[in-house]
Amino acid sequence: MREFTLWLVGVWCVSMAHAVSVVDDRQVNVTITKAPMRIVTLMPSLAETVCALDACGRLVGTDNYADWPAQVKTLPKLGGLYDASVEAIVRLKPDLVLAGKSTRIVARLESLGIQVIALEPQTLSDVERSLHVIAQALHLSQPDAVADAVWSRAMRSVESAAQSLPAEMRGNTLYFEASMGGYAAGERSFIGGVISKLGLRNIIDQRLGAFPQINPEFVVRANPRWMVLAEPMAQSLSQRPGWRNLDAVKSHRLCKLTNAQADVLVRPGPRIGEAAQTLVNCLKKAAAP
Amino acid sequence: MSAIRSFNAWPMALVWLSLSGVLFMLGLSAGSQGFEWMLDTSDPVVMDIRLPRTLGAWLAGALLGLSGALAQALFRNPLADPYLLGSASGATLGVGLALVLGTWGGVHLPWDVQWSGPWVWRLGLTGAAFVGAWLAVLLTLMLANGVQHTLRLLLAGVVVGVVLGAFTSLLTVTQPHLLPAMQSFLLGNTAMVNGSACVLMAVVLLLCALAAWRLSAFLDALGLGEDTAKSLGLQVVPLRMLLLAAMALATATAVAQTGLIAFVGLVAPQLIRSPLGMRFVTRSWLSAMAGGVLLCTADILSRVVLAPQELPVGVLTAVLGGGYLMWRLRVMHGSQGDRP
Repeated sequence: MREFTLWLVGVWCVSMAHAVSVVDDRQVNVTITKAPMRIVTLMPSLAETVCALDACGRLVGTDNYADWPAQVKTLPKLGGLYDASVEAIVRLKPDLVLAGKSTRIVARLESLGIQVIALEPQTLSDVERSLHVIAQALHLSQPDAVADAVWSRAMRSVESAAQSLPAEMRGNTLYFEASMGGYAAGERSFIGGVISKLGLRNIIDQRLGAFPQINPEFVVRANPRWMVLAEPMAQSLSQRPGWRNLDAVKSHRLCKLTNAQADVLVRPGPRIGEAAQTLVNCLKKAAAP
Repeated sequence: MSAIRSFNAWPMALVWLSLSGVLFMLGLSAGSQGFEWMLDTSDPVVMDIRLPRTLGAWLAGALLGLSGALAQALFRNPLADPYLLGSASGATLGVGLALVLGTWGGVHLPWDVQWSGPWVWRLGLTGAAFVGAWLAVLLTLMLANGVQHTLRLLLAGVVVGVVLGAFTSLLTVTQPHLLPAMQSFLLGNTAMVNGSACVLMAVVLLLCALAAWRLSAFLDALGLGEDTAKSLGLQVVPLRMLLLAAMALATATAVAQTGLIAFVGLVAPQLIRSPLGMRFVTRSWLSAMAGGVLLCTADILSRVVLAPQELPVGVLTAVLGGGYLMWRLRVMHGSQGDRP
């Protein structure tokens, strides 16, 4: 009996030694006692982060939009940002759910006894922090070292993308239209971070916030050298009041993104190197006569 | 014109017109960096952006003000609003559907009507809003079995509004990437108004103002009650149908160009204190001017408050118009009875 008690205490000590405690974006302390093996992610960038940490095999379900890497496409799809199905998630018996912090489902899942880490990366530094949090939650043997390695690999590919930017484009001004209705991507957004890492100058500076709705006149005044926007929107640019006089419109210095390219650029995740290279290639294509 | 003179509404009209003039000048100088007092008319920014935008805001506001006056006279209710017959929710659903159809094929729709490309594209968001608004009004009329019963018409309008609104919500839940574009439409946006939109709105405004003038006698009689109107030998049903058409046309044109702008149609007629005996044509034209002034003010504020960011113009009209109504209610409460 005494041996058994000792053994129990020993097991308890070992398991507590392995328990990991992380602080998520709600500032909630989440304690994870053993390595999660059945993970559900509810944002594309979170699935990408898990896979970048080499734990893709532990995913059992994702949201409807996760499509990278290819293997996540075959996993059960559990709904969108605001309408993920609690029942479908619970049925998968996950031991960890990674979700955005602004969805109501977080509280519901927690009340059902499912552990949730809420992360909503929006900037480059958020992405780096999320990598560390998820690496720890995954119980990787050296979480910080692995996260650092993934991050510095990503940064190196951003640098090589920046290297491949033609010298005459460096320091050029650029306007990135994030969505219809005149919403621009500012310096403070994820894509804004990529733009400044490439050595380009965003006309929407820091103090305007991440995705401000901008006065079209401001763009005309700033007269950016390059414009980046979704492919189909480029066709009606010259119809916008006053925009036909923009240098970028007149000389067709327009980088037109397909939906897949735009996804890579707007998802704040570990594919930042790919995002940077996509933007550089698109600009080079626009520069070609 | 004679109507205005005989009731001596000229001072009022002059006040609104001169306010409009001042706002027009302010609108030309309000830019993305605050006010620029030195106006340079050769500057393409002033001529291509600020001019159509200011003019467009005034015209859209005038259309909403006029259709608000029409709605209030038709339904004999000072709280009637041009969005009452479901036109707003119809327009929103039209925009939502057009966005979904457009993005399925990987194309994003232009704001404006285009003259080439597939039919959804050619219609553009403006066209889709217009068609949606009209279909919603027709649906309301069908549900209400015509225009004879005011109460049934109002109820049908509310029902159509709720049902179409639910469909729009369903669309945005299944297609979350449409949210920013829809939001910009729902809160109103005067930034993308161009010259051709101004011409279109001016033509419609003129048509509807003429309709209000021609049918003024009918509406004045209707103000005394439906039976009185009938006893005066007026063809109530067809005339009412015509006025509803004018109201729907004015609303749909404004909504299609600038999105859903809250409160202008409701507040503009209230801004016109109507002395006893003021004819409908006078009231409706003054309401149009008041609506123009209201939306023009909101447009200028939307540019300068957070410049170079845009504040949604619909938020400002709600604050301006709603604030006025609150003040008015307070004053009324303090003084006397229940005159609206």
